[in-house]
Amino acid sequence: MSVAEIEAPATAESYLEDGYTLRSWLLTTDHKRIAILYMLTITIFFFIGGIAISFVRYNLLEPQGMIRSAETYNRLFSMHGVVMVWFFLVPAVPVTLGNFLLPLMIGARDLAFPRINLLSWYLFVIAGCVLLVALYAGGVDTGWTFYTPLSSLYSKGHVALAAVAVIITGFSSIATGLNFIVSIHRLRAPGMTWYKMPVFLWSLYSTSVIMVLATPVLAMTLLLLTFERIFHVGMFDPTIGGDPLLFQHLFWFYSHPAVYIMILPGMGVVSEIIPAFSSKQLFGYKFVAWCSVAIAVISFLVWGHHMFVTGQSVYSALVFSILSFAVAVPSAIKIFNWLGTMHKGYIRFDSPMLYALGFIGLFTMGGLTGLYVATLAADVHLHDTYFVVAHFHYVMVGGMVSAYFAGLHFWWPKITGRMYPEMWGRAAALIIFVGFNLTFFPQYIVGYLGMPRRYHTYPPEFQVWNVLSSAGAAVLAVGYLLPLLYLTWSLLKGKQASTNPWHATGLEWQTPSPPPTENFETTPTVTEPPYNYLPAEALDRHA
Amino acid sequence: MHDEAVAHEFQYASASHQADTAVAGMWLFLATEVVFFGALFLSWIFARHFNQAGFDAGAERSELEIGTINTVILITGSLVYSLGVVLIEKGKTRAFIMCAAAAWLLGLAFMILKFAIEWRHDLDRHMFPGADFGITGDLAGGAKLFWSFYFFGTFVHGVHLAVGLGLVAWVILRVWQGAFSAAYLAPVLVVGLYWTFVDIVWLILYPLIYLIGRAT
Repeated sequence: MSVAEIEAPATAESYLEDGYTLRSWLLTTDHKRIAILYMLTITIFFFIGGIAISFVRYNLLEPQGMIRSAETYNRLFSMHGVVMVWFFLVPAVPVTLGNFLLPLMIGARDLAFPRINLLSWYLFVIAGCVLLVALYAGGVDTGWTFYTPLSSLYSKGHVALAAVAVIITGFSSIATGLNFIVSIHRLRAPGMTWYKMPVFLWSLYSTSVIMVLATPVLAMTLLLLTFERIFHVGMFDPTIGGDPLLFQHLFWFYSHPAVYIMILPGMGVVSEIIPAFSSKQLFGYKFVAWCSVAIAVISFLVWGHHMFVTGQSVYSALVFSILSFAVAVPSAIKIFNWLGTMHKGYIRFDSPMLYALGFIGLFTMGGLTGLYVATLAADVHLHDTYFVVAHFHYVMVGGMVSAYFAGLHFWWPKITGRMYPEMWGRAAALIIFVGFNLTFFPQYIVGYLGMPRRYHTYPPEFQVWNVLSSAGAAVLAVGYLLPLLYLTWSLLKGKQASTNPWHATGLEWQTPSPPPTENFETTPTVTEPPYNYLPAEALDRHA
Repeated sequence: MHDEAVAHEFQYASASHQADTAVAGMWLFLATEVVFFGALFLSWIFARHFNQAGFDAGAERSELEIGTINTVILITGSLVYSLGVVLIEKGKTRAFIMCAAAAWLLGLAFMILKFAIEWRHDLDRHMFPGADFGITGDLAGGAKLFWSFYFFGTFVHGVHLAVGLGLVAWVILRVWQGAFSAAYLAPVLVVGLYWTFVDIVWLILYPLIYLIGRAT
């Protein structure tokens, strides 16, 4: 690909101009439009989950709790967890950026099954509505993990409704994963071999494998739970011989791999951005690509580390502990490869790069503290404390949400045809980074000191850490509202984006911004390796 | 779809590219179904392992005759559908419709035997694991678990079969209208894969329900 080709003028009508009616959006099978529909939907859920946790942080300002009802507090953090995990983090990158970019990156005109893609969005919306009904009716008080027998026998919340919502969104995620796997196998453009694919696709492929092979287990488990709850028959009821721990095993058999559903796409996004803003090839391409696959495979074998204190056999706990250490290896390899990519690169600190750098730092913190809780002896002390909460928020929020914002800014010009205001982007990235650390770093300390999670009161000596954390949450809230404002503003007033504003490689940057409905006027033929960046000096960076 | 029977969507290079991809997609979907039912079978076997006497006491009350007849009915249904696929590949459209209709009727017969007759018998004998459960004593707990899994498992299987009946009916209609033929077979194959898979699920449920508990 030469620079001349990159700057080819847009002639075809863009996908945004292909019909202006509501019907043309709601019945579309265009992967790009479905990505936009998803983007709007998950943004709504992101803020619903955020509002729920704002009340939680407000409550924790005082040791005896600002909200007097423990029951209300339980429902707030449960709703935060359910919404954020299944209605934001799991879908976030795959259904928005993945949906938009996967066909573009492989040089295809759409996904293999466009109608199933639309169906997945409708399933997601139906699931969301069921969840909102459950929320409106009073919510659930079980935590996002729905542990039995609390969820099946004793909870007074709307467990069955919430579980049905999660089952339906599970089928939506299976549909997406299935579409991605089949599309990557069957629809790659001529010359687009596996090793010519951007790492983002490798990570989406690995994510999809987990979606397709783990989510059905969650669906069956929650169906059993719903059946037990509605008919009062005890599959997990110890009084008639059922086993509540079986529920935990099945639940974590999905929910641990699901952690990698949430983080792998984020790693993929960062693997695109770091080379683009360092003007260098991705260091160790094959290692980064295969590490995604390795993470996906090992992720299926570590679920028992959530159950170290349940009384499972010491021997299986040991194996789960060792395997949990093993899954950190491919993650660490990726981090070193990103650092290697930046080494001696011509680094530009645009907003996507700032978010990506934030990802590397925060994910490293989250990953390393993961090793603490993967250690059997340490976990007995740390289990169910705020240390664990801080650990997975560093991975999920510091890692994944940063990566989502990184990708959103990076591909925003391609998706919308508009540039966002760069200074605001950088400001928001910094505010989010500061707010995030202020929110969650104190939780490591207070957790290590022994503050358990999920209680609406706490001993007075923990107050200073909790106040710091709540103050950080307020900063973080501002940081998350800013992109909502300036990205919306950019839709109306933003500068027109060129075909390739970042001088990045990849097929998606060869087609106009925003792309035409059929993506490419002629199907591209791929001849060059991925991340074939020209030397920095050759670029006119401020074009 | 009728007129452009051999046309294809714009992301595919050719109609056969599209057809092969549809079949591949169904195989992957069936993989997800294997994992879905796998979790059920695992839970079932796990629960039985710790409550064997109770499970067996429950399983003795299951209707072996109806279960066996239903097994024969289902696998015959798969056989006829598969024969139909061979026939339509040779262009014998009418023969396919006969076969698929026979498969559909067999599926319906299974549903009637299972839910209208067997389930009614079970419920009449108070086998639903509720307050007036028909088995009492030490083994009541395990027996309740068995019947919980029984009603749950047969219900989930029944839902899959009902979806299959809908799909086969749709295929018959579209073949009748001439939309699917030897030139455009993908939907016929895809539905056939699903139809056969539902039988395979039953082939695991059958011994779990009717046979294992009677072995001792």
